[in-house]
Amino acid sequence: MEYEPVIGLEVHAQLLTNTKIFCGCSTKFGATPNTHTCPVCLGMPGVLPVLNKKVVEFMMKMALATHCTINGECNFARKNYFYPDLPKGYQISQYASPPAEHGWIEMEIDGGKKRIGITRIHMEEDAGKLLHDEHNPVSHVDLNRTGVPLIEIVSEPDIRGAEEAAAYLRRLHEILVYLEICDGNMEEGSFRCDANVSLRPRGTETFGTRTELKNMNSFRNVQRAIEYEIKRQAYVLDSGSAVVQETRLWDDTAGVTHSMRSKEEAHDYRYFPDPDLVPVVIDDAWIEAVLNTLPELPLEKRERFVREYQIPAYDAGVLTASRSLADYYEEVVRLSGQPKIASNWVMGDVLRFLNEDKKEIRACPIAPAALAEMIRLIQDGTISGKMAKEVSEAMYRTGKAPGAIIEEKGLVQITDEGALAGMISEIIGKNPAQTAQYREGKEKVFGFFVGQVMKATGGKANPQVINDLLKKMLAGTE
Amino acid sequence: MEKINRDEVAYVANLARLTLDGEAVIKFTTQLNKILLYMDKLNEVDTTGVEPMSHAIARKNAFRSDTVAASLTIEASLANAPDAKGSCFQVPRVIE
Amino acid sequence: MELCGLTIHELQDKLRAGETTSAEITASVLKRIDAVETEVRAYITLMRESAIEEAARADEAILRGEIKALTGIPIALKDIFCTKGVRTTCGSRILHNFVPPYDGTVVEKLRAAGAVITGKTNMDEFAMGSSTETSFFGVTRNPWDLTRIPGGSSGGSAAAVAADECIASLGSDTGGSIRQPAALCGVVGLKPTYGRVSRYGLIAFASSLDQIGPFTKDVEDCAILMNVISGYDPRESTSVPEDVPDYRAFLGRGIEGWRVGIPKEYFIDGIDPEVEAAIREAIRVVEKAGARCIEVSLPHTDYCVAVYYIVAPAEASSNLARYDGVKYGFRSEDNRDLLDMYKKTRSAGFGEEVKRRIMIGTYALSSGYYDAYYRKASQVRALIKRDFEQAFADCDCILTPTSPTPAFKIGEKTDDPMQMYLSDIFTISANLAGIPGISVPCGYTKSGLPIGVQFLAGHFQEGRLIQFASAYETHAKIEKRRPAL
Repeated sequence: MEYEPVIGLEVHAQLLTNTKIFCGCSTKFGATPNTHTCPVCLGMPGVLPVLNKKVVEFMMKMALATHCTINGECNFARKNYFYPDLPKGYQISQYASPPAEHGWIEMEIDGGKKRIGITRIHMEEDAGKLLHDEHNPVSHVDLNRTGVPLIEIVSEPDIRGAEEAAAYLRRLHEILVYLEICDGNMEEGSFRCDANVSLRPRGTETFGTRTELKNMNSFRNVQRAIEYEIKRQAYVLDSGSAVVQETRLWDDTAGVTHSMRSKEEAHDYRYFPDPDLVPVVIDDAWIEAVLNTLPELPLEKRERFVREYQIPAYDAGVLTASRSLADYYEEVVRLSGQPKIASNWVMGDVLRFLNEDKKEIRACPIAPAALAEMIRLIQDGTISGKMAKEVSEAMYRTGKAPGAIIEEKGLVQITDEGALAGMISEIIGKNPAQTAQYREGKEKVFGFFVGQVMKATGGKANPQVINDLLKKMLAGTE
Repeated sequence: MEKINRDEVAYVANLARLTLDGEAVIKFTTQLNKILLYMDKLNEVDTTGVEPMSHAIARKNAFRSDTVAASLTIEASLANAPDAKGSCFQVPRVIE
Repeated sequence: MELCGLTIHELQDKLRAGETTSAEITASVLKRIDAVETEVRAYITLMRESAIEEAARADEAILRGEIKALTGIPIALKDIFCTKGVRTTCGSRILHNFVPPYDGTVVEKLRAAGAVITGKTNMDEFAMGSSTETSFFGVTRNPWDLTRIPGGSSGGSAAAVAADECIASLGSDTGGSIRQPAALCGVVGLKPTYGRVSRYGLIAFASSLDQIGPFTKDVEDCAILMNVISGYDPRESTSVPEDVPDYRAFLGRGIEGWRVGIPKEYFIDGIDPEVEAAIREAIRVVEKAGARCIEVSLPHTDYCVAVYYIVAPAEASSNLARYDGVKYGFRSEDNRDLLDMYKKTRSAGFGEEVKRRIMIGTYALSSGYYDAYYRKASQVRALIKRDFEQAFADCDCILTPTSPTPAFKIGEKTDDPMQMYLSDIFTISANLAGIPGISVPCGYTKSGLPIGVQFLAGHFQEGRLIQFASAYETHAKIEKRRPAL
């Protein structure tokens, strides 16, 4: 039978706050275990949580960027279960009253646009980390991550395939990073995804039984795991069996999902309102204030670049891959007034240098003003395009201004027609055979003359001027 | 009338990570039934449209600013740990 | 009178006048502890050495002319308050060796006010009880009759004040745990409005009900301690940023023209006749003082116990999940795996009453029962709060018995949890509604057991409560007795 996959994704994004959601401990990744802990996040007797306001604001940014309705009032609830990485024996999350719901994001699929609904976004605290000892039957508990703020973004079951799921995730990832509320690092776990997958006969409306996929730590793995799970469920259904509702773990090495042991007890989280936290009330003025801090989002920016700078959609896509790259490009355009040339240089040399060094645009030694200056120098003929290649490389290595580099290297282009004309007539005089050939119509030898002039000037001659002069002088008009 | 049977008592005990031996299950079942029967009197109260009250005082928007405060030292964090290794708490292996 | 038998304000007068020193006061208290503690057993942990050092520092401060609200006064703390570097057990085996790395807010405030901390007092395990019999560290006895309970859960703090083993103490009150033992031990005990005193550092029993308050020998001392411990705390989200008045300013103001509500639902069958007689007398006293008593109705009174014994255990079942043997406290031996460790640790670490309440609370929140129990109870709770709002539209304060009976015998109610739960019947409502309540001594039974009267007022009306209690104290002229120890 032909099946249609129905997929919903749950994304957990760690927020880029300085401190944890309910205490003043640092959220920095990679510290020595249990050094970012205090009585509050250790769940010591007698401690109380106080909400980090920034977490609410970051949640609101994502909610606004994904067209969610922000509710006037929301509450925190306790999700009760025992695990060593959960020091209080409950996770503070949001349950009955989420702060944001009914949103959507739009993405480009197969040339068309598709909307994926966002069911809800809520705030919660992350759990710690459990490290299993390889030699002894023990585990080690690191509570540094305990209390790091998360937002959970739950999609509607609107996704219809593994590729679409990956596209949705990339889009969500891009928005989070654009908003500068999440670093998006999947390997370090700051952007995590679970997928709910079910199949139904194509053309039917009812949802089939779903499985929940976990443990996918890259976009590629999400796509592979879903692809595998779709095939697995189709096989189960085709063989006349029923899909079991369960949690399945993705095994990256084997390329399969397998069931978490079914002895996993039926969850009974006993959610109830956390009496230690008070309602969060968000009024229109607050929403307005956050709205004013919202940057232009990637898709809008992409469309604007195509429209405003007349660059191809592909280029716009590359240049808006991150907010800082887009800002860099726009600054170069603003200072040089040359959108297309700026795009070529940013997409070409600048990104190539950065990629080679695995550097971020933020760390680029070529300031936008310097690149714009270099473009101006090309435009006014001070240097040639070829020279500019050398100049840009030197700018990147040394961080110096283009003028300084040109001077150091003596790269200034010779555009003085008088000087060049003298040189050309000398070359013509020395090469009567070639001159004769050219005059007989063998235009190929023109290149020979250009080469000779360049050689004589150390490559500094302005090619345009040479062309013009050579043509006139070889023709014997002068 | 029985409000809660022994199986349910055992289920709840497991949720709460308590072990009740046979005798304790019987005793708790009896006591919990008595208590839960008493709770039945709440059904006399018409609570239609009444918003549940989860706080004694209506306060809203209690926030802290996103400013880093001092954490404990590892020694202080682990000082009360029944078992620790290196800079981590140590627990028997989790069987999944 | 020995120094240990005096009040805070009497001792402060002497300290200011240079008639005594904190060292002498502290020595007197420690001597009294040596004499009676084996019988009363009010303390879990005595802080003898640090108390003597603190007293010496207090005397130096007094010499410099720096006298603060509690300078040099020996105060005891219920063992539910986290004290930096001093074992804090909450009366439980599961915390028998827990040494907090921090001081709770009220502890900081006491220290900042110059108090001398004498030690940590006994309590029902995790404050779950009305008799201090569920403590892992043994039963505290009522100083007025050593065969009887001191009330609970703050029984150690009440008994310590009654037996002059400290000058005043702090307790916590979730369903009457300050007011009931205060009544049963013949001292003054106040539960403030929820949010008035910071809970940061108070080991949680039921977070939406817990509140900290003082035990003192008279109403003036109560005002003094309230001045020290009240106030907004940014470390607690439910702390209320309201101005705190000077509670001493309410002392001796009189209550002429006050309307005092007498809730008809609080005079029920099962109330001890001697208690009822003492309360009727208290009504006459406040009328003689110029107040007018009127009947008010709190129609949902009969549901308070049921609501309380759902809401409090539900919150407790979650609050006590952190005691799992991982980060602090007791851990069982010979654990097969993690699950085994959890179950063994919690089963051996918690006493029976705590387990019973964890069971009730877990059940009330579990799938399929949440609406019938937790949600329903939370709705009725809203109606109970509304009852008080309506009653306070007609009266300035409410007068009730604190406890339906005087102190009962040790062991009398331990086998019948439901009977024990009903002993909180008059105190629970204030916690559910979040309002302040005070218990003041109002007489003795023929056999010499203390009886307390409870006054309740609206949110943040502690000042008026102290004004009323002070006027009552003045007019009632209850004979000052000292337990025969």
